[in-house]
Order: sequence, then C-alpha cells, then structure tokens
Amino acid sequence: MTSIVPKEQSSENKKDLSTEDHEDFRLFGLIAFLIADGMTFAGFFAAYLTFKAVNPIGPDAIYELELPLPTLNTVLLLVSSFTFHRAGKFLEKNEATQCQRWLLITGSLGVAFLISQMFEYFTLPFGLTDNLFASTFYALTGFHGLHVTLGSIMIMIIWWQTRVPSGRVNNDNKFPFEAVELYWHFVDGIWVVLFIILYLL
Amino acid sequence: MTLSLKPNDSPPEKLQPTGWLKYLSFSLDHKVIGLQYLVCGFLFYLIGGSLAGAIRVELTSPLSDFMPREVYNQVLTLHGTIMIFLWIVPVVNGAFGNYLIPFYVGARDMAFPRLNAVAFWLIPPSGLMLITSYFINGAAQSGWTAYPPLSITTPAAGQIIWILSVLLLGGSSIFGGINFIATILKLRRPGLRLMQLPMYCWAMLGTSILVVLSTPVLAGTLILLSFDIVAHTGFFNPSLGGNVIVYQHLFWFYSHPAVYIMVLPAFGLVSEILPIHSRKPLFGYTTMVFSIMGIVVLGLVVWAHHMFTSGTPPWMRLFFTIATAFIAVPTGIKFFNWVATLWGGKISLNGAMLFSCGFIINFVLGGITGVALAQVPFDVHVHDTYFVVAHFHYIVYGGSVFVIFSSIYHWFPKFTGKMLNENLGRFHFIITFIGFNLCFAPQHWLGLNGMPRRVAEYDPQFQLINQISSVGALLMALSTLPFLWNIFQSILYGDDAGNNPWDALTPEWLTSSPPPVENWEGDAPLVVEPYGYGEKHSIETEAQKK
Repeated sequence: MTSIVPKEQSSENKKDLSTEDHEDFRLFGLIAFLIADGMTFAGFFAAYLTFKAVNPIGPDAIYELELPLPTLNTVLLLVSSFTFHRAGKFLEKNEATQCQRWLLITGSLGVAFLISQMFEYFTLPFGLTDNLFASTFYALTGFHGLHVTLGSIMIMIIWWQTRVPSGRVNNDNKFPFEAVELYWHFVDGIWVVLFIILYLL
Repeated sequence: MTLSLKPNDSPPEKLQPTGWLKYLSFSLDHKVIGLQYLVCGFLFYLIGGSLAGAIRVELTSPLSDFMPREVYNQVLTLHGTIMIFLWIVPVVNGAFGNYLIPFYVGARDMAFPRLNAVAFWLIPPSGLMLITSYFINGAAQSGWTAYPPLSITTPAAGQIIWILSVLLLGGSSIFGGINFIATILKLRRPGLRLMQLPMYCWAMLGTSILVVLSTPVLAGTLILLSFDIVAHTGFFNPSLGGNVIVYQHLFWFYSHPAVYIMVLPAFGLVSEILPIHSRKPLFGYTTMVFSIMGIVVLGLVVWAHHMFTSGTPPWMRLFFTIATAFIAVPTGIKFFNWVATLWGGKISLNGAMLFSCGFIINFVLGGITGVALAQVPFDVHVHDTYFVVAHFHYIVYGGSVFVIFSSIYHWFPKFTGKMLNENLGRFHFIITFIGFNLCFAPQHWLGLNGMPRRVAEYDPQFQLINQISSVGALLMALSTLPFLWNIFQSILYGDDAGNNPWDALTPEWLTSSPPPVENWEGDAPLVVEPYGYGEKHSIETEAQKK
C-alpha cells in the first residue's frame, strides 16, 4: 500500500523523485500503456481480418508469402525473449559482465530480426500500393517492425547503462531493465499473433 | 516516466516560477495542471463557439451567401474537432480530474506528475496546429468523423494536419487515462477503500478504462487513413479495392466510447455537486458505481448504431439496437438517483445547483432522443439529419458543458479563494438555458422534416426554424459575457471564500483555499463517508485516530 508521510521524513535516502512518498508503480503504468498499444494492434488485426473476409483480392494479384524467413524471424524473437530473461537473472546476482553479454545477444537478435525483415521486404514480389493485401501486410509488419526498432535501441541503452562501475542500471535500480524486458516480451507476443494471423491463416 | 532526477541536485520547487507565471510553465503540481487544462480548454471553447456562431449565421438564409461552401465545410470540421478534442474531453477529464482526483484519493499529487505535464503540454501545440491549417490551403473539410472517401478526396494538406493533431490529442488523452487509473487504484491513502471514494473517482476510473481501450484504435485507424492520403494505398479507397465500412467500424469503436468519455466524468461531477447543495447524501451510491461500470462495458459494444444506414447486415442491426437500448438502463438508474438526491433536500438555487439541474433536464431529453435513434426503423429516416445534431448537442452541450459551468461555479472558491457573484451566475444560467433550448429544440423538427446536416444550403421552407435556432445561438454567445465578467470581477474584487464555503465533506474542502503545493499542511484527512450530509460528521483525521 501507499504510505503518505510528511516530506521532511521521506526526502532522505530516496533515490528518485517519481517514487518519493509512495511505492514505485511505474511498471503498473507501463502495463496500462502496453494494453493501449495492444489495442492499436487489435484494431489493425480486426481491419486485416475484415478485409480478408469481405474484400476479395483480384484474380491477377500476387499475394503469396514464403514461410521460411518469417519462421526464422519467429525463432529469433522467441530466443531473444529467453536471452533477455537470462540477462535479468544475472542482473539480480549482480554479475554485470554476464548480464551485459546476454543483453548484447538479445539486442543482436533484435537487429537480426530487422535485417531479416528488410530482406523479406526486398524480395517480396509486391509493393506497398499493389493491392489491399499488400498494403495491409506492410502496414502490420511495418508497425511491428517500428516496435522492434525502438525495442532494440532501448536494449542497447540498457546494455550501456548496466556497465560497471558507472552505469545507472543495477540490481538496486532495476526499473529501466524490467520496463524494457516487459516491452520486449510484449513485442514478441504481438509477433506471434501477427505470424499466425498474417502468414498461417 | 523513466526519467530520474536526483532530488538533492535539483529541488523542483526552487526551479518552478511562482505567481501567475507558473501557469505557463512545465509545472508538475496537479492543481496547476488542472487549471492549465481548464483555461486552455476555455480559450478553445471561445474559438469553437465563434465557429458555431459562423455556422448559425450562414444558416439564417437558405443560400450559402455568408461564406463559400468549402469554407463552411472547414468551419464545421474545425468546430466539431475543437469542441470535442480541445474543450470537452480535456476539461471534464483533464481539468477537473487533475484538480480533484489526488484530493479524493488522499494523495499529494498524481501518480506520474511528469507524464501529467507532458499530457497537458501536447494540447496547446496540437490545437494551434489544427487552427493554423485553415490558413495553409484550408483546413480539413470532412467533418470530425473524417469518413473516407470524402477525407481522401478533399485537399490533402488540411486533412493530414487534422490527423496529426488528433493523433497528438489522442496521445495526450491516453497518457492522462493511464495516470488516472494508476492514481485511483494505486495511490489511495491507507485505510481508504474503493467503495468509500467520491463518485467522481469512479466516473474517472471508468472513463480512463474507455480511453485506454478505445483511443489507440482511433490512432491506428488514422495512421491507415494517412497512408491512404499520402502514399495512395487503398485501405479505405473502394476504387483501389479498399473498404470504407471498415473505417467506420474502427472509427466508431473509438468515437462511440468518446461520447462516454465526454459525459461519464460529467455524471461524476454532478454526483459531487448535487449532495452538497441539497444537503443530502448521494442517493444509491452502490447502484451508481455499478451503473458507471455497466456503461463502460456496454459502451464498448454499441458502436455500430452509428452505421445503421451503412449496409449493416440484419443480425448486426438487431444486436446493436438491443445493446444500445440496454445502455438506457444504467443511465436511467443514475437519473433517478440524482432526482432522489434532490428529493426533500434543502436546496440552494445557486449557479452550481442551477446548472446541474439544467444538466438533468437537458440530459434526459437527449437521452430520450438517443433511445429513439437506436431503433433502426426510426434511425434510417433521421440518419444524417438535424435530428442527430439536436440529439448530440443535448448530450454534449446540455449535458457536459452545463456540468462544466456548474463545476466552475462550485469549485471556483477552491481554485481562487474568492466567491463568485451568485446573482450573475443565476443570470448566466437563465440566458444559457433559454438560448440552448431555443437553439437546439427546433432542430428536432428540422431533422424530422428531412433537413440534412453538414450542408451550407437548404430548402427555403426551413428558413424560419433555422432563424429561431440562430437567435438561440446568439443568446448562448451572449451568455458567455456575464460569465466572463463574473470571473474577472471575482478574481479581482470577490469576497473571501474561506476554506469551505459550502460546508462540504469531500477532501478538497478540508484544506485551505487555494490549497498549498502538496495539498495538505499535515497528513491527508481520511474521509470514509464523503456524502454524510444531514448525518453525524464523519471526518476522521489521522491525528484523531492516534
């Protein structure tokens, strides 16, 4: 529960203004934000499924997708969630070097995903405005790719900030790490849904 | 949110300007932010109101002689967008929410003060951007709904600026919603249970849930729409194989809840004002809470009643008609609760009370036409006519704006420490109430007789009624003058209000007026019975407990 104490008593031994006077619930706020973000994707998915159901693609349109590359992408993201979790374990044990190593692997997997996604974009036989399916495909994967890009940048920032001795993220100040990890798992989960709806259905 | 300042390096109180300058600063104080929202919203209300005046002037004659048709479309779009996204939503949520919610939960500020300031400071630039678009090749012309293909075929620059502006305002709204949910659920004072909170907290909780769940869908939709305009994709463009109905579904998935985002907080504010000025407990607290949450759940599944003439299949019409009719139940419960709160009370007919009573009357009229509009056989006849305009304005002006005025009369002594002139307040109410009903009641008749909305020209047989309506609009415009006079007069020369001029029991009145920076000099009072009027005093401070 929250505790409200007069300011004079609480201002000492506090690190952070935003957690002053009460417990830290920035993670709660982040979860609320991710629910909102998930609703954006839900809107996109609903639009895609409706288009698929009621707007038939013309007979001469090209909209076949290859499966191997997106399957590789799925594996890359799932493994990166696991490696992020590993990094967190080492952060709790204050083993910064190991934590940084696993974070670097996670970030590299994110970048690998983006490169692989780019490769898919350039090899696909259709462009953004070719037909409704193509537009929806690029909008959905592009919006998700934007999330992966932001996530990879944030992982690199966290990687930099976990360095000893001068980094700001450590076992005592874990929120930035936890926030990025939660976000990364969210982006990962969205990809799984996207993969099923867009490639498998 | 993830910023962390070391308090010893930079004490924020020292950096903040004092006096009136703090209202122009990136202040983290929830009371400053609340008043920033209120004043900023009111300035936009004056702009949006002037645009409404221009519309009513145009409609005094059947021909489009006051302004060209393209300009009429722009004025109409700007009026709708400004009134909804820059006046009602920020004021009923942001202004009163920020000012009151931390008091009600017994906190010293909102859960995320910095995010709160960001949410406010997104509003002025996006509002100015929206208005500026009028001077750059013309503003958007497709109404506040921005339906394609109209929004794709009208000039692109204005429409793109409109989309950017609404996206920013939506972001501001989502940040605010997250903040309110965290504050109400997590920042409550120890010992204060959810069912002891003042009703406005429940209204804001429900509203914020709607904001977080539905606003992102609008954002996604507008991003797709901007692709259609800029990159010539075909999501909503039938000539490229797209589907305009999908846009309507996604748009109304936000914009129907948006009506509740505008009116649920107003319900909450009225539930605070009525008990204090009739000296009785709020009738039916528990049913009130459940009806708010019922409206939240039902409000998410009624959107397609805006689309009965869009070729919706019969099963969809049936489902959405029934779901919409169900919303009348919790709304009716709330209406009867308010009437029962007034019943037998010791009513003081001051500005706050009169505007709240005006709200109840207008809202029940708007509610009745709302239930009528939910019925498919009726709706297909009056769809897109002035009947819808009348219904909508009875809800958002007769409902929300009346409550905003009521709340300003009620909380002005707390904001400034000065009393308003109640006689000027009564005068303001009478002109507003007459002007409002004169303006919008005749529009029901216009709609039933088939006058379409959003058109600059109309059949000459409607001229007289339109002129009556315009006279009403003129009265509404004039009614702002005594209000503004009253505000300036009272800030400069008003009587001292004291800490608690209404003898209220809710927490914001249990501190000085205006309140100190962290709301209370000592500990926050524990108010477990905020509506205990006519009963024994039930304020228990932490000190008394010890």
